[in-house]
Amino acid sequence: MIEEAIAIIKGMATTLKVALKPPVTVQYPEMKRPVSNRFKGRHELKRYENGMEKCIGCALCAAACPSDAIFVEASENSDEQRYSPGERFASTYEINMLRCIFCGYCEDACPTEAIVLEHDYELSFYDRASAIYTKDMLLVDVPVNGMDTPRTVEPGTFDRSIPDMENPK
Amino acid sequence: MSDLVTLTIDGVEVSVPKGTLVADAAKKIQIDIPVFCYHPKLEPVGMCRVCLVEIGLPMRDRATGELLKNEDGSPKLSFRGLQTGCTVAVSEGMAVRTASQPVKEARGAVLEFLLSSHPLDCPVCDKGGECPLQNLTMAHGKGTSRMAFNDKLKIAKHVPLGELIYLDRERCIQCARCIRFQEEIVDDPVIRFHNRGRSLEIVTMSEPGFDSYWSGNTTDICPVGALTTSDFRFGARPWELTPAASICPHCPVGCNTTMSTRREAISGGRKVIKRIMPRQNEAVNEIWICDKGRFVHHFADSAQRLTTPLIRKDGQLVEASWDEALDLVAGQLQKHKSAAAGLASGRLSNEDLFQFQKLFRKGLGSRNIDLANRQLGGGEIVAQVGVGSGTNLKDLGKGDAILVVASDLHEEAPLWWMRVKQAAERGVSLVLVNGRRTRLDKFAAHTVNYEPGQGLMTIRRLFGLAQVETESTRDDQLAAAAEKLIKAENLVAFYGSEGLTFDESDALAKLLGNLLLIKNGHNHTGRANNGLIPVWPHSNSQGAWDMGIHPAYGPGYAALETPGLGAAQIYAGAASGDIEALYVVGADPVGDGLMADRGKLSFLVVQELFLTETAALADVVLPAQSWAEREGTYTNGERRVQRYYPAIPAYGDSRPDWQILAQVGERAGLEKPAFAASLMFKEIAKAVTQYKHMDYRSLAQVEKQWPDVGGDDLYYGGNAYENGSGLGQQWMAAAESGAVERFEAPDIEPNSFESLPLIQTRALYASGTLTNISKVIEARLVSPTLTVSPADAARLELSDGDVVDVAVNGASVQAKLSVSKYATVGLAQLSGVGSGFVSGTAAAEFNRVVESEKELA
Ligand code: SF4
Ligand code: SF4
Ligand code: FES
Repeated sequence: MIEEAIAIIKGMATTLKVALKPPVTVQYPEMKRPVSNRFKGRHELKRYENGMEKCIGCALCAAACPSDAIFVEASENSDEQRYSPGERFASTYEINMLRCIFCGYCEDACPTEAIVLEHDYELSFYDRASAIYTKDMLLVDVPVNGMDTPRTVEPGTFDRSIPDMENPK
Repeated sequence: MSDLVTLTIDGVEVSVPKGTLVADAAKKIQIDIPVFCYHPKLEPVGMCRVCLVEIGLPMRDRATGELLKNEDGSPKLSFRGLQTGCTVAVSEGMAVRTASQPVKEARGAVLEFLLSSHPLDCPVCDKGGECPLQNLTMAHGKGTSRMAFNDKLKIAKHVPLGELIYLDRERCIQCARCIRFQEEIVDDPVIRFHNRGRSLEIVTMSEPGFDSYWSGNTTDICPVGALTTSDFRFGARPWELTPAASICPHCPVGCNTTMSTRREAISGGRKVIKRIMPRQNEAVNEIWICDKGRFVHHFADSAQRLTTPLIRKDGQLVEASWDEALDLVAGQLQKHKSAAAGLASGRLSNEDLFQFQKLFRKGLGSRNIDLANRQLGGGEIVAQVGVGSGTNLKDLGKGDAILVVASDLHEEAPLWWMRVKQAAERGVSLVLVNGRRTRLDKFAAHTVNYEPGQGLMTIRRLFGLAQVETESTRDDQLAAAAEKLIKAENLVAFYGSEGLTFDESDALAKLLGNLLLIKNGHNHTGRANNGLIPVWPHSNSQGAWDMGIHPAYGPGYAALETPGLGAAQIYAGAASGDIEALYVVGADPVGDGLMADRGKLSFLVVQELFLTETAALADVVLPAQSWAEREGTYTNGERRVQRYYPAIPAYGDSRPDWQILAQVGERAGLEKPAFAASLMFKEIAKAVTQYKHMDYRSLAQVEKQWPDVGGDDLYYGGNAYENGSGLGQQWMAAAESGAVERFEAPDIEPNSFESLPLIQTRALYASGTLTNISKVIEARLVSPTLTVSPADAARLELSDGDVVDVAVNGASVQAKLSVSKYATVGLAQLSGVGSGFVSGTAAAEFNRVVESEKELA
């Protein structure tokens, strides 16, 4: 009889202790937990500091994607209408977020580090079509001091698609 | 066979014909020696050194000449360092090591060297994914480099060699394949190396840049992405493309092609043709196509295409449903029955053409069908003495002869030009009988340029000379030519209709038939590599003859008891009202100047891709599918029946021609339309005896071809598609199964001219319904041009650049005058105008309209 009473008190004590601790749940969506640095969330298409798009429309991300979520179509840059360094840029870039399995292979494949899986995980849609993120949605804002694309540049200044490589050691 | 040589490669014994190169011998037993500069269609040059192998030769005793043996009895070999496998020919007892340590090291070093100045921009390179340099580096490269990246050359990456071909100087590995192709294969040396060493670069020396009908081929054989076409540049990555086998629809050669397609956002999500590349068929186009075949395809997905049936209501063409349109057409045709007539074009497939004649003959009981513009006669002669089945121009060599009459193959059938030229270089005696100089003259053994209007006479004389025993010492070109032709072991005769009327070309075919039938030793009919090849105006003119699109012949050349009306009579009938209803399929007689307007026709129906000038006058316009959207067969000038496959989905509501015709037929009392083109072909095989052994399956048969292109190993790089979809079948000419009688050639009085006579010449890039819409070659389209020699220009008091009004038989056209020292004196040539403008060689009047700006300046 006594033992049972003790058990109840013990139990209640635990309850009381936990009840007094601050809660582990957060008031999502008013409050959001930070994610780890390597978290793979929604993609972003990055820009260089000068505002030039990093993506060169090579479609290697699309080739690497195991779920065929990425669609890229390239066109030719000109110095009057320049989107990215070099001759090629992505005129169409789409990711179907319903297909994407957030494996990050596209990041690995990208020769210019243009596509990066960032920290946004709030992906919800009312219909399938809106799960397709277009280039405008994926492309990050122009950095301060940068210029928007397409832009007119001095001929011959941005004629290489791939940044220079380091010499072998 | 005594001329086989046996050697061992990596321990495997192989016997190959004498003269084979080590690289090719290895390939025969699936050992891949990497190559860059070597290409099996080009002479070896040994420039890139990637094919280095160790070659050992059997040692002999100096005194006795005996083969030395090792202790184990095997022959003693002497290896003398590394040699290039692409330049060394095999020899008896040779031993080759392709995978030894020194070989591997050498290869690795060559690749490291090539990459020392090759940009690593594979991600943006159009060749990436089908690039020999990429593949060989992956297979044989070292993975790392000792070279400093900042030593890499930084040179121009965007150099238009013309508006069709772009050069990336950084990517070029200086193998000279492109230059050698232009020089050796097509004799258009318009690009070449400039400077040396690190400054070496490819330049174009022509105006306009890279002025050649073959430029696209260099982008195929370039082992890197240095050369790209403006049409495909950055269009898609190779692995994203879906290939579909096709046949080029532009000329009677019938080149085998592969269309690469992809769904595209900028085309509104439609699947479109991204590029056309050659598909190997060693008997037809080998691994090449001309630029027209490569670039003129945009008409298929042009926004100007017709998408729905149109019916004229209150004077306006308005959209209608298929049922409405088909009912109307069938009703109207049935109303006029034998007063109805049909005109088709040689661009349609066999299935379409067969159904066309069936609709008229069986469904309506009208015999009035013909090709809208029958420029060249002699189909029934070709059926008898056409080249034997199994003919391959590549098999002709020393002791054989080729005759070309009244045709400029370079403009009319480029691939034949190339193959005839190569035959001449192999030692075939080439005899040209033309009214003017052509690009083949340079390769000919005998060239006879006849006086204007004397073409037939000249061939008659040639025939006469060939019949009598000739002595070999005559200085008359024609007699010497006749002797060559008649003594040739194999004889192929091409004929066209340049400067000839239809009747003259028909008589020409007969005369040439008789020439081939002369039995003076070798038999020139009924055998492979012997006989006639007509240079038809369209890709399937041959099929049109076979299917019986002729007022006097049914399918399979069955002569009709009472012939119907031919095209000329149909046009006259339309004007006079004798013909009441006209059905035009795939042709534009108004635009071609064959018909002025709709005359007194009470009903005109046009089945087309575009709203042509004729279609704009029609009561009903039916939208047809282009060749890229459907399947079918074409029969080329060598009578090879070839299949093509659908590549892209139907545009709008269009339907295949044969289906539309069958649906009209159904409403006119014929049976239900066939389910598929293959069933249509079955019906053809039943009705056309010449096709009786064929069906879609047999046409799709393939066999291994040499050189081995496009396999998994990419030995020769992505330079043509492997043929997995059919080599086609050649039908047997009558002479192959029985004796053929001589032909009765009518006498046609030669014309004589008081003033400068005019002929119309054909240009590959002549503007037309299909070419005009293909923007890539827009700059090269031939506008109306009148070409005369300086002497004639002086006589006419005209000068280069003048705009001249050319009047022939009441019609006139304005053309720019080009005075050329290469032009034949005493003959004016008009090109770039509608194909029906000048018939034969005609008297013309030339009047200056606008004086040349050069003069004024
Ligand atoms: S891999 Fe990178 S550069 Fe290439 S298309 Fe994808 S995002 Fe753009
Ligand atoms: S452009 Fe291509 S084919 Fe021509 S030399 Fe350079 S690498 Fe060779
Ligand atoms: S040297 Fe042999 S392939 Fe270039």
